[in-house]
Amino acid sequence: MVESLEALFHGFAVALTLQNMFFMFVGILLGVLIGVLPGLGGANGVAILLPLTFSMPPTSAIIMLSCIYWGALFGGAITSILFNIPGEPWSVATTFDGYPMAREGRAGQALTAAFTSSFVGAFIAVVVITFLAPVVAKFALQFGPPEFFAVQFLTFCSFIGMSKEPPFKTLAAMMIGFALAAVGLDTVTGQLRMTFGMGELIRGFDFLIAVIGLFGIGEILLTMEEGLSFKGAAGKINAKVVWETWKELPRYWATSLRGSLIGCWMGITPGGATPASFMSYGMAKRFSKNGAKFGTGQTEGVVAPETAAHAAGTSALLPMLTLGIPGSPTAAVLLGGLLIWGLQPGPLLFVEQKDFVWGLIASMYLGNIVGLIIVLTTVPWWAAILRIPFSVIGPIIVVICAIGAYTVHNAFLDIALMLFFGVVGYAFKKLNYPLAPLVLALVLGDMAESAFRQSMIISQGSVSVFWSNGLVGSIMGLALLILFWPILSNLKGRLMPSRG
Amino acid sequence: MDGESEGGGASQRAVDMFVAAAIGALAVLVMYDNYQTGAKWASDGPQAGYFPFYIGVLMLISAGVNFFNALLKKGPRRIFVDSQQFRSVLAILVPSAVFVAGAYFIGIYIATVAFLAYFMRVLGGYRAAIIAPIAIGVPVFFFLLFEIWFLVPLPKGPVESYFGF
Repeated sequence: MVESLEALFHGFAVALTLQNMFFMFVGILLGVLIGVLPGLGGANGVAILLPLTFSMPPTSAIIMLSCIYWGALFGGAITSILFNIPGEPWSVATTFDGYPMAREGRAGQALTAAFTSSFVGAFIAVVVITFLAPVVAKFALQFGPPEFFAVQFLTFCSFIGMSKEPPFKTLAAMMIGFALAAVGLDTVTGQLRMTFGMGELIRGFDFLIAVIGLFGIGEILLTMEEGLSFKGAAGKINAKVVWETWKELPRYWATSLRGSLIGCWMGITPGGATPASFMSYGMAKRFSKNGAKFGTGQTEGVVAPETAAHAAGTSALLPMLTLGIPGSPTAAVLLGGLLIWGLQPGPLLFVEQKDFVWGLIASMYLGNIVGLIIVLTTVPWWAAILRIPFSVIGPIIVVICAIGAYTVHNAFLDIALMLFFGVVGYAFKKLNYPLAPLVLALVLGDMAESAFRQSMIISQGSVSVFWSNGLVGSIMGLALLILFWPILSNLKGRLMPSRG
Repeated sequence: MDGESEGGGASQRAVDMFVAAAIGALAVLVMYDNYQTGAKWASDGPQAGYFPFYIGVLMLISAGVNFFNALLKKGPRRIFVDSQQFRSVLAILVPSAVFVAGAYFIGIYIATVAFLAYFMRVLGGYRAAIIAPIAIGVPVFFFLLFEIWFLVPLPKGPVESYFGF
């Protein structure tokens, strides 16, 4: 544990350079902007800006990108509270009590409560990461290809077993992601797969294009369905309101703590910020004294989802860094970025790239503090931006997405692909096909396949390698349990009907 | 948001079935192509097409389940998208497609001018005096940002090459 603190201080030294602080600041501003605008979400925004960071040193790049992530986490709450439009999927639950509060003229309280709760949730998650990450990393050093494949298999099974969307739609979405990942050159045998003679497909499908299309353009199309206006409540916030709200918040310490723990858990076991926020809201509603009044403008109803969403968003980075398993779509994009920079996430990252890892973790602390200050002071500006009519900002967002898609490989085809993915994303969202498993499979597909094949080479073709020792066997067992959980709990319900 | 709106439109059930069928067709394509590449277990492990072939199998199974679930679904007929919503979505999708196509020929900056101007005029109803500074200013800003500051080249057309970019 002392080593962790030492490493952390060293990380602060890395993070506190003028250059990195500048990128932190820019990142947060960009992030809040992205969180506030529809069509530019956390995953999408990071995906668009990723290619621009290719010329930056990796440590600065990831600091900026993760600050964009925090900014987006904060920013989603602004539109939720002021406009009842969740800027991010994980801010949906914030609208339940946040918007009523704004309509009563208590927007300042809602915003302060939301930002501070986000800060608390993220802070707890970063502390968890600081101490847990090296432990998990050391533990992961014992992982061989079968264990890595088992963990990835567990991830995919938990998406299917625990999703609120119909499991076979989740499965379909995931398989599409895997199929897309498999297109192109097979690195093991050198053969071309599913390219159908088209030269452009040798490269395969890039997850960045898919993310920008699915989450960006898809989101815009959905927004257009509702018509073109953003009319919102006034967003006044001043020091007095902030102080008053801060005095009120400690009353909800139990909700905050519970939310943070739910968030940490959902972030680490890939569930993500969105389910975490809903779960936390639901539990707070059940356990709180004011539960019955949730939905009418309870501060606690804002505290619960925001702590959870931010804790989840932050802790999603833990499995990403230590095991190479992203806990959320945005973490998946960051993972892709790491791979592009030649940094292999996993236990060796902590051993060989200490500066990078601890610089990143230190920047999480700083980024959160700086983010909270920035966001509290600039709320009126963000509210003003949303008053720009959609007829102006809509096309601008499309152009930004197109630029983002183009800069990945300087290939014009990618922009057209982005539009195609946009239509797919729109249709899928409306038909209840989840997008997160698709992106996850697209990012992890190649890794999962190579882990599988390496395991096969080690075991010389025997699938029993996945049950060859206690560790890998128990992970596989857990995976299968989660996969079949809906069926099992269904059966249980029929065999043992509950009373009342 | 739950699909109950006026105006005719495709039913949720029909679109659900259509998409499931489309995914099924895609799955068959995946399975066929990978079978051609070789989807068996060679002596040293799986062939190149092995993994994707079985992914195709799972895709086909799930598409089939989704198709039948949609087919057998009872309950009120819900609309996937009514004609008004559809028109709103097309109102941005079609111009975006035109923008992308245009960017291929005349470069992204000029295409943005046209795109912004179109939107502000047709959907926003602004006067030329307001449209002009924004429709020209935003692409100029992007030009400075990407071409000159970040040094990230974007697709350009004849106008830019005339000026030597």
